[in-house]
Amino acid sequence: MSKDNQILEEFTSKEYEHGWSVNYEADEAPLGLNEEIIRWISAKKEEPQWLLDWRLKAFRAWEAMEEPEWANVTYPKVDFQKLRYYSAPKQTKKPKSLDEIDPELLAIYERLGISLNEQKRLQGIAVDAVLDSVSVATTFKGTLAKLGIVFCSFSEAVKEHPELVKKYLGSVVPMTDNYYAALNSAVFSDGSFCYIPKGVRCPMELSTYFRINAANTGQFERTLIVAEDESYVSYLEGCTAPQRDENQLHAAVVEIYAGAHAEVKYSTVQNWFPGDKDGKGGIYNFVTKRGICAGDHSKISWTQVETGSAVTWKYPSCILKGDNSIGEFYSVAVTNNMQQADTGTKMIHIGKNTKSRIVSKGISAGKSQNSYRGQVQVMKRASNARNFSQCDSLLMGDRCGAHTFPYIDIQNPSAKVEHEATTSKIGEDQIFYCNQRGISTEDAVALIVNGYAKEVLNQLPMEFAVEAQKLLALTLEGSVG
Amino acid sequence: MLTIKNLHAAVEGTPILRGINLEVKPGEVHAIMGPNGSGKSTLASVLAGREEYEVTEGEVIFKGKDLLDLAPEDRAREGVFLAFQYPVEIPGVSSTNFLRTALNQVREYRGQEPLDAVKFLSLMKEKMKLVEIDQKLLSRSLNEGFSGGEKKRNEIFQMAMLEPTLSILDETDSGLDIDALRIVSNGVNKLKSADTATIVVTHYQRLLEYIVPDYVHVLYKGQIVKSGTKDLALELEAKGYDWIKEEVDAAV
Ligand SMILES: Nc1ncnc2c1ncn2[C@@H]1O[C@H](COP(=O)(O)OP(=O)(O)OP(=O)(O)O)[C@@H](O)[C@H]1O
Ligand SMILES: [Mg+2]
Repeated sequence: MSKDNQILEEFTSKEYEHGWSVNYEADEAPLGLNEEIIRWISAKKEEPQWLLDWRLKAFRAWEAMEEPEWANVTYPKVDFQKLRYYSAPKQTKKPKSLDEIDPELLAIYERLGISLNEQKRLQGIAVDAVLDSVSVATTFKGTLAKLGIVFCSFSEAVKEHPELVKKYLGSVVPMTDNYYAALNSAVFSDGSFCYIPKGVRCPMELSTYFRINAANTGQFERTLIVAEDESYVSYLEGCTAPQRDENQLHAAVVEIYAGAHAEVKYSTVQNWFPGDKDGKGGIYNFVTKRGICAGDHSKISWTQVETGSAVTWKYPSCILKGDNSIGEFYSVAVTNNMQQADTGTKMIHIGKNTKSRIVSKGISAGKSQNSYRGQVQVMKRASNARNFSQCDSLLMGDRCGAHTFPYIDIQNPSAKVEHEATTSKIGEDQIFYCNQRGISTEDAVALIVNGYAKEVLNQLPMEFAVEAQKLLALTLEGSVG
Repeated sequence: MLTIKNLHAAVEGTPILRGINLEVKPGEVHAIMGPNGSGKSTLASVLAGREEYEVTEGEVIFKGKDLLDLAPEDRAREGVFLAFQYPVEIPGVSSTNFLRTALNQVREYRGQEPLDAVKFLSLMKEKMKLVEIDQKLLSRSLNEGFSGGEKKRNEIFQMAMLEPTLSILDETDSGLDIDALRIVSNGVNKLKSADTATIVVTHYQRLLEYIVPDYVHVLYKGQIVKSGTKDLALELEAKGYDWIKEEVDAAV
């Protein structure tokens, strides 16, 4: 608790602090998108033919698709021909160990508060960092390898474990799933890959940091997590981007596979640049995340803390295929100024006795719009399916909006689905009460908001919970009084 | 310590306080009584700096400073404490966390080092004894689902933790059972010193048997219409307010 307060204090009166960009020589694709570019990317990454074919197939599918417009967000259309689809920090040779990595790149991560060095190793967290398009370094590989765990960049996985990649890539999120997933499938540049063999409990948090650095670059990471039967892994993703006037596109795909009795905990703290007070700049975050509880008694748990991006479109979902499998979704989405978020989840109950739990906490401030969109679907076969959804909205001021769109589709009469929703305003009474005890208004807001979001924050690993708390405080800076 | 001169305050244009004058010296206990709606809580809120109440006239000097000029949090840091008539619930925030934040901000303002977890907890233990409050209550969300009496007891516990110079207790006795009233009053008495002062707002003489006032004031229609010693409280207990109301209304 002492730490929290200290950090809260430290972080009040700061603007988006990750807003800097580093000049380094980038090895980048020409602007625009066509088959040539895709071939260029694939060649650059020395990919096998099957993957190039896969990309091209996705590209052709994408060309025939329409950009979705159903989300409760408005933004100028993205000109896909004005983007760059690959930008790698230039390196003369491939790094074999951390020592060989460009110190300037490492310095970037230091500034992000991620240290890829021994310090982090001591904390027992394995980190893979993705800057623009290329995965920079994966720590701890040796330790993990002894257990048969693979944790590396996606490109490396394509080279070292092609059979695994081939087997699972697109198996949870098919390349034609939606517009942005198809785009990602065509042009994805890098990302993280994790494989936990049967019966292995991953002894440490696996974590990836993404950062968009180059201008006019889209970032399209692909994350694939495979947990074989009876395995366990907790995986965390963090994101930042520099402050820029123009909007940048981020369209990632995350796929999770959980075998029988396997458990995957996926947490993310998303802090892409949200644009300035007037809505200039900021990241368009159009992400497809889905997990499949393929085996019986498996469990997938999504936890997200969304504080950044100008526009967010994101619905981490669970397909509960195995009998007795469990899906969870815990979300805090904060919007301030001109931010727009349309986020939620889908829980698809297929197996018997499947359970899902949704806890969504929206916080809107400024002139922002915050929508929860959730779908609970119970298929015919899913007898005794259970769902509990709790969707709360907290409003700060009267110029913002909170919206809830629950969709429920039940095809088995034994299902029990509960949905609770509340909307509240941050109380002047509460703030005054804090003030009267000597707490400043900014800190009062942070305290109240963190209390409100506690059920979700509690799901995060300790050190990330602290980070998430300070991000919440930072995002809501100046939104009251 | 506290000088209130001709204080007028209004809510949404409606005048509520109409010229309050009060002088509180270190070591003193002042009781403020008066019929419902006479402005007692309003006075407390104005002193604590609640924004809805607009001060239209008058001044308040606290320890030589213009109190009305300070932000509410700075008034608290200067040593003004208000035990609320209706304490506020803050879901998801434990009393412990809340108080830790409060205490360290107060300390920072006073140029003191923040208390580390160990020192903070031992201070808490010590103060918990004073008001006989249960640890379990303090690890729960602040005031959420607390009984009326538990909320009041928690207010006095917070007062003990923050060690204010001027404490304003707004109907702290309401909702307390007979034992709790004694315990909480004892706590308040133990916190008194020659350098601190207390203003107790109450409807009942009973509390004043425990927390013995040096002065008793009657607030009516936004003014202090009568002041006296603790005997005045006894008189009010016996006779009610009608005789005072008549006196005042006749004079108008
Ligand atoms: N925010 C407000 N808006 C409108 N009227 C208010 C507000 N606050 C107080 N009042 C009015 O001001 C008057 C004084 O209220 P106050 O709460 O100060 O009385 P009190 O003396 O504390 O009464 P009680 O003994 O019932 O606690 C009442 O008529 C009350 O309705
Ligand atoms: Mg009152």
